[in-house]
Amino acid sequence: MMAKRLGRKRHVVRKIKGILLYCLCLIGIMISLVSLIILLYDAFTDGLPWLDFQFLTSFPSRFPEQAGILAALFGSIWVVSLVAIISFPLGVGAALYLEEYAPQNWLTSFIQLNIANLAGVPSIVYGILGLGLFVEALALGRSILAGALTMTLLILPVIIIASREAIRSVPQAYRAGAYALGATRWQVTRRIVLPQALPGMLTGAILALSRAIGETAPMIAIAALVYIRFVPTGPLDRFTVMPIQIFNWVNLPQHEFRGLAAAGIMVLLAILLGMNSIAIFIRNRYQKRAK
Amino acid sequence: MNTSTHTRESRKRLRRLQEWIIEKLLFVSAVISVFTTLAILGVLFFEAIDFFGQVSIVEFFTETRWTPLFKPQYFGILPLVGGTVLVTIIALSVAVPVGLGSAIFLSEYAPERLRRIVKPILEILAGVPTVVYGYFALTFVTPVLQNFFPQMIVFNALSAGLVMGIMIVPMVSSLSEDAMLAVPQSFRQGAYALGAQKHEVILRIVLPSALSGIVASFILAISRAIGETMIVSIAAGSTPKLTINPLESIQTMTGYITQISLGEAPFGSLEYRTIFSVGLTLFLIVLVVNLIGQWVAKRYWRRY
Repeated sequence: MMAKRLGRKRHVVRKIKGILLYCLCLIGIMISLVSLIILLYDAFTDGLPWLDFQFLTSFPSRFPEQAGILAALFGSIWVVSLVAIISFPLGVGAALYLEEYAPQNWLTSFIQLNIANLAGVPSIVYGILGLGLFVEALALGRSILAGALTMTLLILPVIIIASREAIRSVPQAYRAGAYALGATRWQVTRRIVLPQALPGMLTGAILALSRAIGETAPMIAIAALVYIRFVPTGPLDRFTVMPIQIFNWVNLPQHEFRGLAAAGIMVLLAILLGMNSIAIFIRNRYQKRAK
Repeated sequence: MNTSTHTRESRKRLRRLQEWIIEKLLFVSAVISVFTTLAILGVLFFEAIDFFGQVSIVEFFTETRWTPLFKPQYFGILPLVGGTVLVTIIALSVAVPVGLGSAIFLSEYAPERLRRIVKPILEILAGVPTVVYGYFALTFVTPVLQNFFPQMIVFNALSAGLVMGIMIVPMVSSLSEDAMLAVPQSFRQGAYALGAQKHEVILRIVLPSALSGIVASFILAISRAIGETMIVSIAAGSTPKLTINPLESIQTMTGYITQISLGEAPFGSLEYRTIFSVGLTLFLIVLVVNLIGQWVAKRYWRRY
């Protein structure tokens, strides 16, 4: 009788413990989801009144109602285009070397370790690197090119890691078949591996580029805080980018500028959403074809 | 006959040359990453040596005041390191429980359909630019917290740390979830067969088996928090001081680098050079943390 009651009591305690753990985990996931909703809601309600055609087509100004994001928008487009042109071939090249060519020796494993470590370096350190190397030593000044090269170094590890994964998903049998027909290594790489891995590489590259668009700290180190009242016309022009402009507005004491910052955030998030949708579209199309 | 073998021979040689050139080109693009590391070390050390020619390295690591922008100038990095540690602790106290809870929920409780909806949402959270989190901390979290702590300053470590914690959650949760999903189903089934309940299976079987991956995710979270820049630049203030009071305005290493980058010190001056010595310290700390993380992940990695 006694033992039976004790057993039931223990049973109830176990049940309660189970429910408790479930609730804690549920709270955990709810905190992340609710934070995201509040974050977006906060930015959208602050920014919506400021987001209009005038905002998209104006240069920064001391007067909030005349200020816009045009220079920063074009600066971001310039930087991200240059980064795409430079980083994609380099990243894919490095990934092809490591997956298809590299011998298994100390140099290869050193390169791999190095790429893994570079992916963990804080972005502001890349900013300092760009400042010392591109702005000062190579005398590129605070130019679009210096910013793009800095960003290239920052996202290269990401592109390399994604591209390697795409290359690894190409079945070994395809390569073996081509080699059996007498193809050279580059022929196999270019005609068999590359076409198969390209969608995966593109998806990784677009995600990496969307990271480059949102990166703020290294761009501040390169571009500093300036009022740019013109659309850049060449890679050696001075520039600003959207995250810097947003940061700049957040830091101003007048509260109207926070509305502008929120409107800038909306434009930035819209661009990121667009790029991510393209990446997901490519991924899904490719996955369907693979079946 | 003779000429045709000749052209075939020369075509073969051309192709071999092409193969050789392409291999070298690909090799060069792979080696760029090594040069990047060398360039980082080179720039940081070169400029830092310049700096330490004028400021004693002992003062740099033992002095408890950091006032490069005022007279009298003191160059002690401890207040900046202290600010970084304070914000990191606050961020982790959010990111670890929330991230782990999310991971357990997704890997053990959530049905597949729910998982497929929730995971992309967490990925959105991970893709939001940090400047947006900074805006959120300053314009939403700080005013809310001021209702609870009226004495709190507008720029403070607490709201920057909390928001940074939310930012890191997706990383902790996805890495921990991967580690839990790698635990074989047979372990769980064995425990159920012995009469264990779900929470006992999770706490006594799944978590211990996935421990190395989970701990590695915490360590990577530390390194992310130390290196995070924009949230602290916007919301934590720019007053370097050694304090454990999260309601005060502080400055982190990354926040200081941003402040100087914005052009508050003349190009080339000693004050300007400080960003390289602070950057070097930051780089070395993060490197050590990352290496520990990789070591933990590898040392205790169990293949099932």
